[in-house]
Amino acid sequence: MSTTQTDPTPIAATAVAPPHGSKPIGRSPAAVAWLMLVPAGVLLITFLIIPIILTFILAFTNARLISPRPATFVGVDNFIRLFQDETFWASLRNTVVFAVVIVPVQSAIALGLAVLVNKKMRGINFFRTVYFLPVVTSIVVVSMLWLFMYQPNGLINAVLARFGIQGPDWLGNPNTALFAIIVLSIWQACGMHMIIWLSGLQTIPGELYEAAEIDGATKWQQFQHVTWPGLRPTAVFILITITIAAFSLFAQVNLMTQGGPLDATTTLVFMAVRVGFQQQQTGYASAISLVFFALVLIVTLIYRYLTRDKDAR
Amino acid sequence: MPEITAHVADASATAVVHEAGEKKQTGRLVLGYIGRIVLCGVFGLPLLFLIISSFKPDLQIFADLTSIKAFLPVGHLTLDNYLGVFQRVPFATFMINSIIISVVTVGLGLIVNSMAAFALSRIKFRGQQLILGVILATLIVPFETMALPLLWWSNKLPFYDFVNGYSQGWLDTYQIQIVPFIANAFAIFLFYQYFDSIPKSLDEAATVDGAGWFRIYRSIIMPLSGPAVATVAILTFLPAWNQYLWPLMVVQTESLRPVMVGIDYFKQLNVSWGQIMAYATMITVPILVLFIAFQRSFINSIASSGVKG
Repeated sequence: MSTTQTDPTPIAATAVAPPHGSKPIGRSPAAVAWLMLVPAGVLLITFLIIPIILTFILAFTNARLISPRPATFVGVDNFIRLFQDETFWASLRNTVVFAVVIVPVQSAIALGLAVLVNKKMRGINFFRTVYFLPVVTSIVVVSMLWLFMYQPNGLINAVLARFGIQGPDWLGNPNTALFAIIVLSIWQACGMHMIIWLSGLQTIPGELYEAAEIDGATKWQQFQHVTWPGLRPTAVFILITITIAAFSLFAQVNLMTQGGPLDATTTLVFMAVRVGFQQQQTGYASAISLVFFALVLIVTLIYRYLTRDKDAR
Repeated sequence: MPEITAHVADASATAVVHEAGEKKQTGRLVLGYIGRIVLCGVFGLPLLFLIISSFKPDLQIFADLTSIKAFLPVGHLTLDNYLGVFQRVPFATFMINSIIISVVTVGLGLIVNSMAAFALSRIKFRGQQLILGVILATLIVPFETMALPLLWWSNKLPFYDFVNGYSQGWLDTYQIQIVPFIANAFAIFLFYQYFDSIPKSLDEAATVDGAGWFRIYRSIIMPLSGPAVATVAILTFLPAWNQYLWPLMVVQTESLRPVMVGIDYFKQLNVSWGQIMAYATMITVPILVLFIAFQRSFINSIASSGVKG
């Protein structure tokens, strides 16, 4: 395109070196850069930036998904209604409990697995692969599989029965339902964080361990003083990703319990979908999304603050 | 002489110590293997159970639960569950939809995101840092927070195609399952990181030879970025294939549904666990095969997704 437009004598251009300081390219670099950014930019603005801004606006309106009337501004009505809604408090509580349990347990299990597969031994690749299999299995499939395993007469209770234990109706009992979902969620995702921990472990130079061994450090001391400090950047990343993923809990609940029994497993995203999609109340759902967003933001800022503090020391 | 015997004695003493150490080590090694194999059971057996059960009638699935048979292909094995799946849902349609959606999302995403990352990483211009900052900031926003406002917004978007002309509202279409996921801040970030590690002198040399920026992008940087392309392809393919929440909300027409949403058909009226297992097996095994074939790339892509501080 540029040859037809700008340069009438291409032969001269190649034969004669361009004068000092002039550019061999027709367009200015900035123009090219913007051109290259346009596709991604338009898409990100339309499907990411605008929806984020819309969350803040719609939360204060009575917008409905499909409605002949335009949305009107209703102030903080949605939030007043939300804070009086029992299901909202149950959703918030379940979401927070889910995250508070999953974040430390899943990252610890994943770290344990990473240490186990970081050893040089025969067949280590096989172990890595098997531990990782649930990660490439869709959460939808995992949910259906565990839904069966958790049946009162399902696989888990059948195994427990062999040890003489009478298992509960895992998903039908408000006391065990959330716990049951936590277990399968950890089972599905910890292989992924195992790999991220593993890549962190492999950045720690082996000489550090040799030096520690010469100094007579025990395995646990080596972990405390060599491994853990070396893993700090990885740890921050893992904590943030697990937390955000935990806050987004939806598929398991929708497929396994529909929020029940007695709101024992309802979550913020599940409630937002129920309100905003099934009941078409976009405004109210946006208010829930905003609470969700605030939660994510607060946690991220806390993590960032904590790590900044440690870096300064 | 005495000196030498002392020496020999010493050597044999260390040998004994060594042997004891070796025995201890062998013991540890065996324990290590046992532990790791038990964990293989924890992660692998449920999946094995899924696949094995898909070939058994419901009655036998439940009968086998009480013994090791649950994990073994024994008893009355049949393809009835699979035939049942094909009678119950238009499986081929769901499968083709999922393939179209994920392949187009990944393919267009590779181009759009790498191009943006190229501009941000290799060309100097005003506002660069700001744009990069905004893109990085959006990384913490989970899709679920804005899914419902986006649903409302999608219903307002205009669309033009050559068959129907202008229309308003993207709900119940292919494009609503694809277009919002093409540009991806995380993919841009991964490309950006990779491009930054390629020496800038290559660009200068190419510029001297008269190559424009598009040419440098296409013929120099992209061919050097195989690992980044693989990483982004895998990390965008998995979520595209696994999409559940979004198609659940935006698609009503059966012929546009992807595979994950299809599983809901089996939860309604006369639940057949065998059929659920068969359906789950059919939508999982292709991905497992891909994973095992490209294992190294999969693992590396996940590993490199974590290299961010």
